[in-house]
Amino acid sequence: MPRRTMIEAIRDAMDVSMGRDESVIVYGEDVGFFGGVFRATQGLQAKYGKSRCFDAPISESGIVGSAIGMAAYGLKPCVEVQFADYVYPAYDQIVSEAARLRYRSNGDFTCPIVVRMPTGGGIFGGQTHSQSPEALFTHVSGLKVIVPSNPHDAKGLLIAAIEDPDPVIFLEPKRLYNGPFDGHHDKPVTPWSKHDLGEVADGHYTIPLGKAAIRRQGSAVTVLAYGTMVYVAQAAAEETGIDAEVIDLRTLLPLDLEAIVASVKKTGRCVVVHEATLTSGFGAELVALVQENCFYHLEAPVARVAGWDTPYPHAQEWDYFPGPARVGRALVETMEA
Amino acid sequence: MADAGLLRFHVPEPEVRPGGTPDFSNVTIPKAGSVPRPEIEVDPRSIRDMAFSIIRVLNRAGEAVGPWAGLLSDEELLEGLRHMMTLRTFDARMQMAQRQGKTSFYMQHLGEEAVSCAFRKALKPGDMNFPTYRQAGLLIADGYPMVTMMNQIYSNEADPLKGRQLPIMYSSKEHGFFSISGNLATQYIQAVGWAMASAISNDSKIAAAWIGDGSTAESDFHAALVFASTYKAPVVLNVVNNQWAISTFQGIARGGSGTFAARGLGFGIPSLRVDGNDYLAVHAVAKWAAERARANLGPTLVEYVTYRAGAHSSSDDPSAYRPKAESDAWPLGDPVIRLKNHLIHKQVWSEERHTQAEAEILETVIAAQKEAESHGTLHAGGKPSTRDMFEGVYAEMPPHLRRQRQQAGV
Repeated sequence: MPRRTMIEAIRDAMDVSMGRDESVIVYGEDVGFFGGVFRATQGLQAKYGKSRCFDAPISESGIVGSAIGMAAYGLKPCVEVQFADYVYPAYDQIVSEAARLRYRSNGDFTCPIVVRMPTGGGIFGGQTHSQSPEALFTHVSGLKVIVPSNPHDAKGLLIAAIEDPDPVIFLEPKRLYNGPFDGHHDKPVTPWSKHDLGEVADGHYTIPLGKAAIRRQGSAVTVLAYGTMVYVAQAAAEETGIDAEVIDLRTLLPLDLEAIVASVKKTGRCVVVHEATLTSGFGAELVALVQENCFYHLEAPVARVAGWDTPYPHAQEWDYFPGPARVGRALVETMEA
Repeated sequence: MADAGLLRFHVPEPEVRPGGTPDFSNVTIPKAGSVPRPEIEVDPRSIRDMAFSIIRVLNRAGEAVGPWAGLLSDEELLEGLRHMMTLRTFDARMQMAQRQGKTSFYMQHLGEEAVSCAFRKALKPGDMNFPTYRQAGLLIADGYPMVTMMNQIYSNEADPLKGRQLPIMYSSKEHGFFSISGNLATQYIQAVGWAMASAISNDSKIAAAWIGDGSTAESDFHAALVFASTYKAPVVLNVVNNQWAISTFQGIARGGSGTFAARGLGFGIPSLRVDGNDYLAVHAVAKWAAERARANLGPTLVEYVTYRAGAHSSSDDPSAYRPKAESDAWPLGDPVIRLKNHLIHKQVWSEERHTQAEAEILETVIAAQKEAESHGTLHAGGKPSTRDMFEGVYAEMPPHLRRQRQQAGV
């Protein structure tokens, strides 16, 4: 099976979708001729023409707003916001418009759009190229929110997102584009070409939204993670020697509650990890759900490891990033509690 | 050299406030028929002055004059008059229904009926409007059933939107009327996107974007103009300048720009101003802009100069911020009276027939209202089910909503 980087897998997903369905349109800032600053759309304009893959003005509300109009017409736009940090001008269009169009018009108009955006830090991007705003979207009824952690999933989830009849926020952990980064920033990352999850089948396949995956089987403690933190959590488990079960949520909304509950009931302990800031982060929702559904199986308080409640710093990036040492400490404390 | 001195902060003010004498002497009104009608292929650079004039067809004598006249038959004009009268009567009844507690909220069109009623007749089936809350004439003039509109206003058991939307936020794809959001300006860029999609699909349909004077200050307005200009989208960009954004006069959104139409000039978009209270002028300009869009010539920006004679909404009292008699002083008159006078001048209408038509229309509206109320009003009679509240958030209900619906006991 061919191996692909995450960027190649994402590009392949759009390529496959555009090849199968003429209504799939791809655009965004630098997306057309150049192929995107991360190269996710490289070659798509040459292959499908300027009507289906093109450059957009630097206007996120314009990009998403026009995509909503296109979707109302009957197309399936898959647009790129260059960094998740830049999505806020489009937030009104996403929250007040895309997410509610089906509901408010009782299905008269629908909004099958995908908004792709690179998320997360670890590239010395400072506060404007590092944020993880997923909780701002999981709080919105009418959206679906995906955070893939590997090339295989990224392709299958993105094709499923494009084919989904409702708006999907597709957050791509940019630190994973080239390999499964586990937080050890001082060591080179294993390239996807040497990783099983870098195996990406040619052609069309989908991964259903709302289904988590177990990345590491374990019996002592459940770690709920997504995106980059899946690998950080695995590294922490290996390094502490704790028999942790690492669940990769993949889709945050709708959430695979069944998988979470089954694992926590088995292990009796739970640590929630995300890179986004702690307060009112998606981890709070996860902890609440675990508490509601698994309280009588819990042997320790549910712990959270997250980004500190500060803006994402530049020089202090690795003090901010919840790396394997911090996750490891939380695992140990949860086991000792 | 000007005296430098200390910096002074500038806040524009309307000419007159409550208690003062209404004064529109600063509004320059060109004579009807005086603005030329260029070919649709015209170089936008050569008609920049049209963004500062006002295209008018009906003169004070009730005659249709000049190069923008003569597009509509007597039958079409009589139909237009009926649409405007219907909208006015509909508004009056629904405003009253709101006061009677039959619904929570209402927004009327008083003084602005010509804009949406005449515009609709310049479009073709399949074209799509992205309206604001003051373009119900698009529905009336397209034959959308009044009963259905009222069902929506009452959020009753027959409401096509299942009680989910604020009154008057209609949606009808079939009638080329995009779901009204209630947020401002968001729909403007969506209209451009819809038009881009039509062009991408090599279709022949066009879109129409709608916005008020106040909301042109939103960034989505500017995004829309950039996208429309860049991709030459087949869209008509409508700005309804009714002078008032709730209590804020149009100068606050317009700033130092001469007119709202002039906003289009920097984008290279042909930008026209039209007498919004002149049914014939609105229709002629809308048709010109629609033809340009359909001929692949790209967007046109049209500013409709009109006046919001009524309150902003049922929650608003204009006497707190503008003189009571201001609407009477508005120099462009009333759209219904002006078209009526024109038709009387043409000897195809009379005061008697007008009075008779008013009575007929009132009867039709009351009959529709009775039918709608038989399906319930907001606080009485049939209403959408609680179960409906959980439906339609997604195409397929996800597990967490199923659990919540269960918790709600429905």
